Amino acid sequence: MKKLSMKSTIINFVVLFIVFGILIVLCETGILSNYIKGILMVCCISIIMACSQNITVGYLGQIALGGAGFMGIGAYTAAMITKAMASANILVGDGAPDTLRFLIATLAGGILAAIFGVLVGIPALRLRGDYLAIITLGFGEIIRVVIQNLKFLGGKGFSEGSAGQALVGINRIANLYVVFWVMVVSVALMFTFIRSKYGRAIIAIRNDDIAASASGLNVTFYKVLAFTVSSFFAGIAGGVFAHYIGSLSAASFGWLKSTEYVIMVVFGGMGSLTGSVIAAISLSALPEALREFSNYRMLAYSVALIIVMVYKPTGLLGTYEISVTRLLNRIMGKKEPSLHAIKAEVEASKASEEDKEVQ
Amino acid sequence: MNTPVLEAKHLGIAFGGLKAVDDFNITINEGELVGLIGPNGAGKTTVFNLLTGVYQPTEGAFFLNGDKMNGKKMHEVVRAGIARTFQNIRLFKSMTVLENVMVAFEMNYKYKLADAFFRAPRYWKDEEEIKEKAIDLLRIFNLESKADYIANNLPYGQQRKLEIARALATGMKLLLLDEPAAGMNPTETAELLSCINVIRERFGIAILLIEHDMSLVMKICERIVVIDYGVTIARGLPKEIAENPKVIAAYLGADDEMDVEDDTKEGA
Ligand SMILES: Nc1ncnc2c1ncn2[C@@H]1O[C@H](COP(=O)(O)OP(=O)(O)O)[C@@H](O)[C@H]1O
Ligand SMILES: [Mg+2]
Repeated sequence: MKKLSMKSTIINFVVLFIVFGILIVLCETGILSNYIKGILMVCCISIIMACSQNITVGYLGQIALGGAGFMGIGAYTAAMITKAMASANILVGDGAPDTLRFLIATLAGGILAAIFGVLVGIPALRLRGDYLAIITLGFGEIIRVVIQNLKFLGGKGFSEGSAGQALVGINRIANLYVVFWVMVVSVALMFTFIRSKYGRAIIAIRNDDIAASASGLNVTFYKVLAFTVSSFFAGIAGGVFAHYIGSLSAASFGWLKSTEYVIMVVFGGMGSLTGSVIAAISLSALPEALREFSNYRMLAYSVALIIVMVYKPTGLLGTYEISVTRLLNRIMGKKEPSLHAIKAEVEASKASEEDKEVQ
Repeated sequence: MNTPVLEAKHLGIAFGGLKAVDDFNITINEGELVGLIGPNGAGKTTVFNLLTGVYQPTEGAFFLNGDKMNGKKMHEVVRAGIARTFQNIRLFKSMTVLENVMVAFEMNYKYKLADAFFRAPRYWKDEEEIKEKAIDLLRIFNLESKADYIANNLPYGQQRKLEIARALATGMKLLLLDEPAAGMNPTETAELLSCINVIRERFGIAILLIEHDMSLVMKICERIVVIDYGVTIARGLPKEIAENPKVIAAYLGADDEMDVEDDTKEGA
């Protein structure tokens, strides 16, 4: 098991290095315009966000809609930290110092978002279904409104009741090369998390929370854990976003943003990280690619969504994961290790109210 | 004398005005197999729900190896040592057979969150070990060749067996089986019977069995408790129960009704 996994890890990283190599070549030779680089940056941020939302919405099966709020916490935290470090002249300078400052701040943003994830998750996850959707949406909005009014984040103070200024002057020290690896490491960590006892427990809870309790799982603990991990990576995405965009306004972390990422999860497949990656790339790039159709592009975006949902209700990949190793094996005509694994997309029957009466 | 594995004293619960279970008493010793029977709606499943922390008793108490279990949540009861199966099978349908069992080894994992994220040696060691343990368990039920199947794709009889295997993975001292033979054909029932015997030999655990198939109950149970409308109407050896007029009356009186209710349950 370990050997096999090691092999595919190595293969995956070889592929990633090749992709990274291509990226470097394209950037250094000037083939990629700043505009395209910007799109790539947005893709990386969306990938982290979509995967993080997939943990709660897909794997845990709880419709939580506050993702952008936690992204906001990460963004503002990271921005304040790099600002503070800059004014104290710590780790300032092109290249390594700036990058290190960016990484430290982003990590801190993730940690603070995770802490808020615990605080919000404990009360919110007592609810489920549409109730959970509404309460997380509410928490997301609370976060946004609080940020909007905090004076040190550019707000006018709570007594004013109207939106203040954006937080400006954030060092734009998110380098595409670095962000690429931040994205890779984030996705890899979410993958190892899901493929561990923690992930199994989370998927088991989605299938049947009563059976999960009856198997000795502390359902509340795992739900809050999933929500926390998800919030952490949303915070990381926020940290990256802040140092790419350079100025923050609370309005960009509203519920519409949260919905956008949940759409990516649904589009790619609830319970497939590779699905989320593909969805994040296509749904971030699609509106840009369709720019020449100007006003019609959002229409095209919606149509694309509807087509996928009609013909593939479980999303592009369902719960299937694309594996480079498996692809290579197939190309070389090797047998797959688990041949008799029957792939079936079983929609875990949603626990209806009746279902709660334990028989 | 040893403390019994399970001791329930005056256990009762009321749903609104309805006393679903009233003054339920039972003592189960190590290695014993006790049957719990009664017509449909008698309150058997409710007894299981009380014993596993799904419901909190409104009266009485129950003890596992002498420790009071009242007020514990479901997973705490399981960790203390009471595992169960469900009348309507509850598997992790989208997961593989192997994963279903591995999940229930919850208490055997030693690795922590950081080990999982960074795949530390402890992660590999535990995963490997528990996978082997799970396959050992599946072997008892002749399911090891189906380890990679999605649980929902198993035939009904095997799903029942998988649910028992999953319960065993929790490392319990007392196993509660809620109508394990329901919906099984005679071959599957016979197979189940031999599985139960193997489990008892291998693990020496105590079992409390709810079963409608009277011939099965009479064959394997050492003692039987009969409840009707939540009240215990008889207890004793299988032979005594079979001849008890109260039991016969309860079953005969409820017989037609029983079939009707069974049908509605299937349809639901
Ligand atoms: N959560 C509940 N709320 C109200 N009534 C319940 C509940 N659970 C069980 N009951 C009632 O308790 C009685 C016993 O049910 P049950 O234990 O399922 O019977 P059985 O012996 O067939 O397993 C039934 O009348 C049932 O309707
Ligand atoms: Mg029942």
